[in-house]
Amino acid sequence: MKRSIADWIKWTAFYAFVVVIVVISIFPFYYAILTSLKSGTAIFRINYFPVDFSFQNYATVMTGRNFVRSVINSVLVAGTTVLLALFLAVTASYALSRVRFRGRALLLVTILGVSMFPQIAVLAGLFELVRFLGIYNTPWAMVLSYTIFTLPFTVWVLTTFMRDLPIEIEEAAIIDGATPWVIITKVFMPLLWPALVTTGLLAFIGAWNEFLFALTFTISETQRTVPVAIALLSGASEQEIPWGPIMAASVIVTVPLVALVLIFQRKIVAGLTAGGVKG
Amino acid sequence: MAEIVLEKITKSFGNLEVIKGVDLKIERGEFMVFVGPSGCGKSTLLRLISGLESITSGELLFDDSAMNNVVPSKRGIAMVFQSYALYPHMKVFDNMAFGMKLAKAGSEEVRRRVEDAAKMLQIEHLLDRLPKQLSGGQRQRVAIGRAIVRDPRVFLFDEPLSNLDAALRVATRLEIAKLHRSMDNVTMIYVTHDQVEAMTLADRICVLRDGIVEQVGTPLELYESPDSLFVAGFIGSPKMNFLSGKFAEPHGCATLGVRSEHIDIADASPTWTGEVVHSEVLGSDTYIFVEVGADEPLIVRCPGSQTVPWGKKIGLVPHEGQLHRFDSGGRPIRDGL
Repeated sequence: MKRSIADWIKWTAFYAFVVVIVVISIFPFYYAILTSLKSGTAIFRINYFPVDFSFQNYATVMTGRNFVRSVINSVLVAGTTVLLALFLAVTASYALSRVRFRGRALLLVTILGVSMFPQIAVLAGLFELVRFLGIYNTPWAMVLSYTIFTLPFTVWVLTTFMRDLPIEIEEAAIIDGATPWVIITKVFMPLLWPALVTTGLLAFIGAWNEFLFALTFTISETQRTVPVAIALLSGASEQEIPWGPIMAASVIVTVPLVALVLIFQRKIVAGLTAGGVKG
Repeated sequence: MAEIVLEKITKSFGNLEVIKGVDLKIERGEFMVFVGPSGCGKSTLLRLISGLESITSGELLFDDSAMNNVVPSKRGIAMVFQSYALYPHMKVFDNMAFGMKLAKAGSEEVRRRVEDAAKMLQIEHLLDRLPKQLSGGQRQRVAIGRAIVRDPRVFLFDEPLSNLDAALRVATRLEIAKLHRSMDNVTMIYVTHDQVEAMTLADRICVLRDGIVEQVGTPLELYESPDSLFVAGFIGSPKMNFLSGKFAEPHGCATLGVRSEHIDIADASPTWTGEVVHSEVLGSDTYIFVEVGADEPLIVRCPGSQTVPWGKKIGLVPHEGQLHRFDSGGRPIRDGL
């Protein structure tokens, strides 16, 4: 079959566009990997293919003061945020989707409204709250603030999902003698896995990448999370910005996210598209 | 194994009254069918009995004890839903055992009861499968099995056959009838909009309309002596022929009802004459639609297959003793028959 010239142009334009998108989204990370593998002044020479494989920068970062500690902090903070947010969101969305009460629609809109505040607008107030609760400079300050910011989205997604679950399944469970807690944990949660994975992962990414709150609510190096730790990596003198170690650290903290997304890719797609589970 | 009594039951959703005072007594071990057009409140009434909806006023009694405020799981009921409502993530065995496990029954006891129920419904070989691996008919069997395992006093069916195709519907209907015979102590309440299901399954039928009981009786009572125009029209297929005006006057009523099988074709001294406008040949019967000048064509049922040319003029004679006469309020006139 012969393609006409117009077809060729379309075909070429389409794939050219694909290549542009891929390059734009992948290139920064690729260049970070390249840079992290260079050493010395090679960093300041521009080249687009790996020239040397030096793991010197990685060694510097990993043995550096408190970097590993920061990674652990980040894992703990992000993990706790996800668990807490999912627990609150699942129970809240059960109420919002299945329990009839006055002001339910208003409450849902309010929850959505909360998520519209920019971080900087609530920073001062949140700082006061954190001080009041006595959790300044502890991971709990970040868990609290991230949970607050992630909940509206999580609640909304899960409410939509739960609303789509057939009501008869819940009624069958009620007749079988299930309490709301049993319905949530034994009947709904297994059906909501795709949604839980999706929202959980997004909450994790959000908490993992967050910078402003992490910077504001911590003071000592041992309490820092990774984004702050990377930003505050310092070289031998004030004039030196340690690009190599910064890039190595960036790669180290990005890889887990990429891995998580790849592992749960199918679930995410299922979670974002499928509205519910058919009985 | 319960006698169910409903006393002046009402149910309102906000300002909308859906059930408007229902009095009904369902005998121990009886198969009661609620039937009526959509929106008549039959499903709501079933849900009130199940406890999934709360009763606005009136009293619900199971064996003389009030059930109004008892939670569904403590009423001794089991329910089969139209959409099966199986737990999609559980195997058939776990689906059937879920209720007993929540009631903290011993695992031996659970296994025995589930297996007994499975044997009864011939689904033993499916116990390890997930609901999505089953066909519609098998799923409905599992749903019935789950109800049996609960060993209920009262079985509630909410249009259980509506999602099945025609052949499977007949087979499952038979299955339910068999189940009722083998569990002769269990009271069953069955909701359907299909009057054939109602006629074939019921000991007694309760016809509902707009939240009110129109008539309660055995299938034949309803068929032979309907208490209202509505019941007369609702029960029986094809629908009863209704004639008014000049057709009804000679019989001293506002509306004259006559079933299609109670009309004979007779060209000598006919009561009514008309033109054949349509005919449906079903093999065993033929329905002939005759335009006699009433609001709708009369349907006449003749045994066997007959070919009647369209447009032919024929004469009709109704069976005198099997006419139904109704006054202008839709109530039957029985005296003088």
